[in-house]
Amino acid sequence: MVVLWTDALIYLLIVVILALGLYLRGKEHIKRPLQQISRSKIGMVSLVVLLFFVLIGLLDSVHFKPADDKKNEIISLLDDWATPLREHGEKTYSAPFATTLYSKEMMTLADGSMQWGYPRLEFGGRHLSNPEIEKVPDILQKTVYGLAQGASLIGFFMLLMWMLLVEQHKRFMRSSTAKTVWAVAFFMVSFSYALIYLSGYYHVFGTDKVGEDVFYQAVKSIRTGLVIGTLTTLIMLPMAIIFGILAGFFRGWVDDIIQYIYTTLNSIPGVLLIAASILMVQVYMANHEAAFTSVIVRADTRLLFLCMILGVTSWTGLCRLLRAETLKLREMEYVQAASALGVKQGAILLRHILPNVMHIVLISVVLDFSSLVLAEAVLSYINIGVDPTSYSWGNMINGARLEMAREPIVWWSLTAAFVFMFALVLAANLFADVVQDAFDPRRSGNE
Amino acid sequence: MTQYIIRRLLYSLPLLMGVNILTFVLFFVVNSPDDMARMQLGQKHVTGQSIANWKQQHGYDVPLLWNADAQGEKKITDTIFYQKSVGLFLFRFGVSDSGRNIGADIKERAWPSLAVALPTLLVGLLVNICFALMMVLFRNSYLEHAGIVLCVILMSISSLFYIIGGQFFIGKVLRLVPISGYDDGMAAIKFLILPVLIGVFSGIGSGVRWYRTLFLEEVEKDYVRTARAKGLTETQTLFQHVLPNAMIPILTGVVVVLPLLFMGSLIMESFFSIPGLGSYTIDAINSQDFAIVRAMVFLGSVLYVIGLLLTDISYTLVDPRVRLS
Repeated sequence: MVVLWTDALIYLLIVVILALGLYLRGKEHIKRPLQQISRSKIGMVSLVVLLFFVLIGLLDSVHFKPADDKKNEIISLLDDWATPLREHGEKTYSAPFATTLYSKEMMTLADGSMQWGYPRLEFGGRHLSNPEIEKVPDILQKTVYGLAQGASLIGFFMLLMWMLLVEQHKRFMRSSTAKTVWAVAFFMVSFSYALIYLSGYYHVFGTDKVGEDVFYQAVKSIRTGLVIGTLTTLIMLPMAIIFGILAGFFRGWVDDIIQYIYTTLNSIPGVLLIAASILMVQVYMANHEAAFTSVIVRADTRLLFLCMILGVTSWTGLCRLLRAETLKLREMEYVQAASALGVKQGAILLRHILPNVMHIVLISVVLDFSSLVLAEAVLSYINIGVDPTSYSWGNMINGARLEMAREPIVWWSLTAAFVFMFALVLAANLFADVVQDAFDPRRSGNE
Repeated sequence: MTQYIIRRLLYSLPLLMGVNILTFVLFFVVNSPDDMARMQLGQKHVTGQSIANWKQQHGYDVPLLWNADAQGEKKITDTIFYQKSVGLFLFRFGVSDSGRNIGADIKERAWPSLAVALPTLLVGLLVNICFALMMVLFRNSYLEHAGIVLCVILMSISSLFYIIGGQFFIGKVLRLVPISGYDDGMAAIKFLILPVLIGVFSGIGSGVRWYRTLFLEEVEKDYVRTARAKGLTETQTLFQHVLPNAMIPILTGVVVVLPLLFMGSLIMESFFSIPGLGSYTIDAINSQDFAIVRAMVFLGSVLYVIGLLLTDISYTLVDPRVRLS
C-alpha cells in the first residue's frame, strides 16, 4: 500500500471527525440541532447523496502498487475495480453508447479493399454483430437487467438493515423522512449499478480525445473535488480558529497584529495569489525533478499545494467572524464569572469560548465546501488549478471546451463533468442550508 | 473627516508594504532569479552563460537586498528589492519579460475591463434586488419556496456552464451576437451584451439569496411593524421603509468592489477575448511573466485598500448614526 500526502490527510480528517463525534456524543446542545437535521427530508436526502460521493472518493484514496505490474504505477482501489474501463480505450472521440468512432476515416476491409467510413470501436458494443439493428434492444435489455440486479442487491441490504434496526428505532424508521431516504438510496444504488453494468459493454458517456472513457474520468474526478473541498478547510481551520479567538479574546496589540495579517492577505486578489503561488510550485517542481518520480506523486503534490494556498486565501473570512463572536462572548456573564473565580485564561478559552463558537465553524465549513468545488473548475481552466494530468472536472471542461466548435459538437465530456459537479454541489448546498438552519441560533427561532 | 481620511491613508501604507514584502518573498526568495531564468529559457540544455545573459537583460543580476560591492547609497538601490519592489509604490511597474511597458499596458487595458465589469455590476444589482424584493413581498407562499429552490439550483451550476452554454446557444445557434471579440468605441456594445448578460445571470442565485436575507432581517424589525400598524400596504412598507434601510449594507458592499472593477474578471475576459486587465493577467500567468503578475498583485491590493477607505466614508454618508473618529 502506498500512502500519498493527500491520502494521509484524508485519513487524518476521518480520524478527526470520528474523534469529534465521540467527544460530542450525548452533549445536549449538539443533540437538538442534529435531531432537527435528521427530521429534515432535504437534509437527509442530500446527506445520503454526499455520503455516496464520499464513499467513492474514499475508495479512490486507498492507493497501492499492483503486484503483477512492471510499469511502476500506483493505482487506487477504485482503479482496480474499474480495470476494464481503464483498459478499454478507443482511438479517439466516440459518442455515448456509440459502436463506431465519431469521425470518418479510411479503413481496410477484410478483403483488402479500402473504404471511407466510420470504423467500429474496439470495445464499445463489441459483442454486437450487427449494431444498427441490435443496439437499441441490447441497451434496453442490459439496462433492465442492470437495474434489476442493482435493485435486488440494495433491496436485500435494506431488508437486512430493517430487520436489525426496526426494533430499536421504531419511531425513526417509520417516519416519512426515513422512507424518503430509503427511496433515494434505493434509486441511487440501482441506477449506478445499472450504469456500471452497462459500462462493461459500452462507453456510457462516450470517450474523449485520446479515447479514454468519460464515465471513468468523471468518477475519478470525484476524489479531486472532495479533496479540495475538505482538505482546504482542514488546513485553514486551525489558523482561523486560533487567530480569530486570540484576537477577540486578548484584544490590544495581539488583535492589531492579527488584523494586520488578515487585512494584508485579504487585500491581495485571491486568484492572483493562487496564481503566483502555483507558478512558484511549478518552478520548484521543475527544479527538483528527482523528487517527483511518478506522475501521480507529482499531481498529488500539486493538489496538496493547491489546497494549502486555497486555505491561506480563505481563512480570513472565518477568522473575522470568530473574532467578532469572541469579542461578544468575552463580555458575557459566564466568562466574567469564570475569570472572577480565578479560572486561568487558557482554560477559559478552551472551556468557555471555543465550544461556543463551534457552530460558526461548522456552518462555514459546510458553506465553503460547495464554493471550493466550483472554484476548482474555474482555477483549472486558468491552468492554475490541479495538475493537467490528474482527473478533475475542471480539466475535463477545459479539454472539451475547444471541441464545441466542431460539427457535430462533442458534448458528452462537458455534460458529464457538469452533471457530476452539479449533483455534488447541489447536495452540498442543500445540506449546508439545513445545517445552517439547525445550528444558527438566529435562524432557529423562525422555524 | 479629513483627519480621518489622512489617518486611514497612513494606515494603509503598512498594509501595502506587507503585500509588497509578501510578493517579494514569493517571487524572489522562494525561487531565485536563476530558477526563473531556467524556467523562461526552457528546462533543459540551459548553460550558465545564457542564464547570466537573461538575468542581465531583465535586471535580475544584482543581489536581493544588500549590494556589498557597490558604493554609498547604491548599496541599497542596486538591489532587486529596491529596483523591482519599491518602484511599485510610485506606480513604476517596469517592463514585462517580453519587453513591453507594463504601466502603459495597464492604462490601455483598464477601460475594456471597466466596460464589462461596470454594467455587469449595475444590472446585476438591479436584477438581484428586484427578485429579492419580490420574494420578500410574497414571503411564506409557494412562489417564494419555488424561488428559493431555483436560487439554490442556479447557485449549484458552475459559472463555466453559463459561459459555455451562453456562448453556444446565443452566439452559435441563434447567432444574435458575436461569440467573442472586442472593438473600440460604440461598436463595442454588441460584443458586450453577451458577457454582461452571462455575468448577471451567473450571479443571480447567490445574489438574490443574500439580498433576501438582508431584507428579511429588516422586515422583522419593530419600525416595520409600526408602519404596517399605521395602515400602510405591504408594498408601501417595503419600498418606503425596508428598502432604504436595507440599502445601507447593500451600498457599502458594493462600494468595496468598485475600485476592483478595473481589474476585470479573469474568466469572462479570456472566454470573450476582451483585451482587459483580466485577460492580461491570464496571459501573463500562462506565459509565466512574473513581472506582470507582480504588478497586478500590487495594483489589486492598492485598489482593495482604496475600496476599504471608500466603504468607511460611504458609511457616514448613508447612515447618519455612524461617526468616524
